Amino acid sequence: MADKMKKLNFKKFLKGNALTYLMVIVAYVILFVMQTLGLLSNSLSGFLVPICAYVVMAVSLNLTVGIMGELSLGHAGFMSVGAYTGAVCSALLADLIPFAPLRLAIAMVGGGILAGLVSLIVVVPVLRLRGDYLAIVTLAFGEIIRNIMQVIYIGKDANGVHFAMSEGALNMAEGGKMIVRGPMGVVGIQKISTLTMGFILVMITLVVVLNLIRSRQGRAIMAMRDNRIAAESVGISIAKYKIMAFVTSAVLAGAAGALYAMNFSSILSKKFDFNTSILVLVFVVLGGMGNIRGSIIAAAALTILPELLREYADYRMLVYAIVLIVVMLVTNNPKIKPMATKFWEEKIAPKLPKKKAKEGVVNGK
Amino acid sequence: MSFLTNLINGLSLGSVYAIIALGYTMVYGIAKMLNFAHGDVIMIGGYVCFVSVMSLGLGAIPSILLAIILCTLLGILVERLAYKPLRQAPSLAVLITAIGVSYFLQNAALLIWGSAGKVFPSLLDGIPSLQLFDGQLTVSGKALVNIVVCLITMTVLTLFTGKTRVGKAMRAVSEDKGAAQLMGINVDATISLTFAIGSGLAAVAGVLLCSTYPMLMPTTGSMPGIKAFTAAVFGGIGSIPGALLGGLLLGVLEIFCNAYISQELSNAIVFGVLIIVLLVRPTGLLGKPIREKV
Repeated sequence: MADKMKKLNFKKFLKGNALTYLMVIVAYVILFVMQTLGLLSNSLSGFLVPICAYVVMAVSLNLTVGIMGELSLGHAGFMSVGAYTGAVCSALLADLIPFAPLRLAIAMVGGGILAGLVSLIVVVPVLRLRGDYLAIVTLAFGEIIRNIMQVIYIGKDANGVHFAMSEGALNMAEGGKMIVRGPMGVVGIQKISTLTMGFILVMITLVVVLNLIRSRQGRAIMAMRDNRIAAESVGISIAKYKIMAFVTSAVLAGAAGALYAMNFSSILSKKFDFNTSILVLVFVVLGGMGNIRGSIIAAAALTILPELLREYADYRMLVYAIVLIVVMLVTNNPKIKPMATKFWEEKIAPKLPKKKAKEGVVNGK
Repeated sequence: MSFLTNLINGLSLGSVYAIIALGYTMVYGIAKMLNFAHGDVIMIGGYVCFVSVMSLGLGAIPSILLAIILCTLLGILVERLAYKPLRQAPSLAVLITAIGVSYFLQNAALLIWGSAGKVFPSLLDGIPSLQLFDGQLTVSGKALVNIVVCLITMTVLTLFTGKTRVGKAMRAVSEDKGAAQLMGINVDATISLTFAIGSGLAAVAGVLLCSTYPMLMPTTGSMPGIKAFTAAVFGGIGSIPGALLGGLLLGVLEIFCNAYISQELSNAIVFGVLIIVLLVRPTGLLGKPIREKV
């Protein structure tokens, strides 16, 4: 009986999402093997951890934008909180915990928790505002977080940890080590992020988000998105579910930030500005709002796209912009979209092997 | 006196924000979209003016006119190519397209003019500064020009939208597109006109901004663009007096923060005040409260 229960739960757990998990696992295995065999170029393998981090960012933002239906333009703010916290955690624990993956895991948890706490402040306007006004407030919060990051100084010496708002006020003893240097960002980070840790974080994110969506809470969140008043009238607490979705999303972004930071030797708060928030939003929209699998594919493809366009060095960002505009026009214009679909079905689909063609149509829907 | 000097500097900066915010607010009012590329049109305006003064050797006024004309054309072109096909699309799709346009303009500028900052020629230095209180308070010519241009633009636009036929058509389209079309208003032309006006204003703002802070880079327009956008929301997006009020308040607030609190934290404080205002008045200072129908 107990065995049957377990089986059932597992089936429910995977229901409809097996393909998503499978896709991530296969991608990981391929990349891992290629990396181990040294088949990846240096610059490409440097992109593996950022891809994982951006996938987590995109999936978590999709929870806010696609599932909850509120536009957030400050997602990079949570990422930066996570990145700073994670990097500081890791630097402070370096002597205590020599085992790097465990330290990274603790750093990610710490980053996630602090990002979650910060999001509890941001959630106040989220409860009160909607639409464009909420978007502008999240944008403002992202900028505030970035601005505050620029005046934080943290150092560690024999006397313990010092924290100040200016370099002079830090009062470091001889031989002390600076960890956060205001506008210079976090310096001297040990690069302990690996593809495997990134993969684990992506899987955890998927389990959390996909199961949240399929749960009673997830249905409440989507009901709220589709019709707030109707949802409220059947007894769904708007505040509770908004906080739930928003904070979950921020915690995951914080963990992604920690992962991302530990891939570089130093990290600037400038890296997490408005443009990064927009970049992640672009992943979500291009992948399809509310479509988790789409977010993963879009985040991975668009992170790697500028790299693949490297031979056009100067023109690559221009091409990126054009690709973005054209994709939006093709997928959203009532005149162009049927043309593109027809072209796909008549010219391209028959030439593909049968199974693939079928998949294309399913995805098209 | 330093208080008054700061106030005037703030009003001067705020006037530039207000002109940019006007472009945002008009486009938002009519097309219901956040035109993220607006900040980059400012930058293009600055560059056009720079090129025409430095390379073509034109005078200040022809250069400014050239910048306005080219930016207006750019605005119409962008609207036709990128935004018009998406008129029926969900607003997020339009937003992403606008972001794409913004990337495109920035990178095009990067290719054409390079990433190194250019020192903007001083076009407004010929304007005499104003001495007040026996020379204790000096109002620079640039500040005067900013404030005067801003006031003139506001007055003209308010009269234009209030009194002329085309302006009334604009207001009608912003109220209800479908009904406006039934009344025989050419909705597409009206929206194009709005973009043209907004982009022309962006060129003016670009010249003023670059004259006040004479450093020109492909990213010059983005931060003022974001701030002007918050100014528009601050004042109540869609409202012309709101853009003026929001822009001026934001400019004064920013300069005061720089002067009295902390230069490094001024952005954080400005955005913090914005959040508090929105929490107290969710539709901005002069915005109309939206009634929700069940």
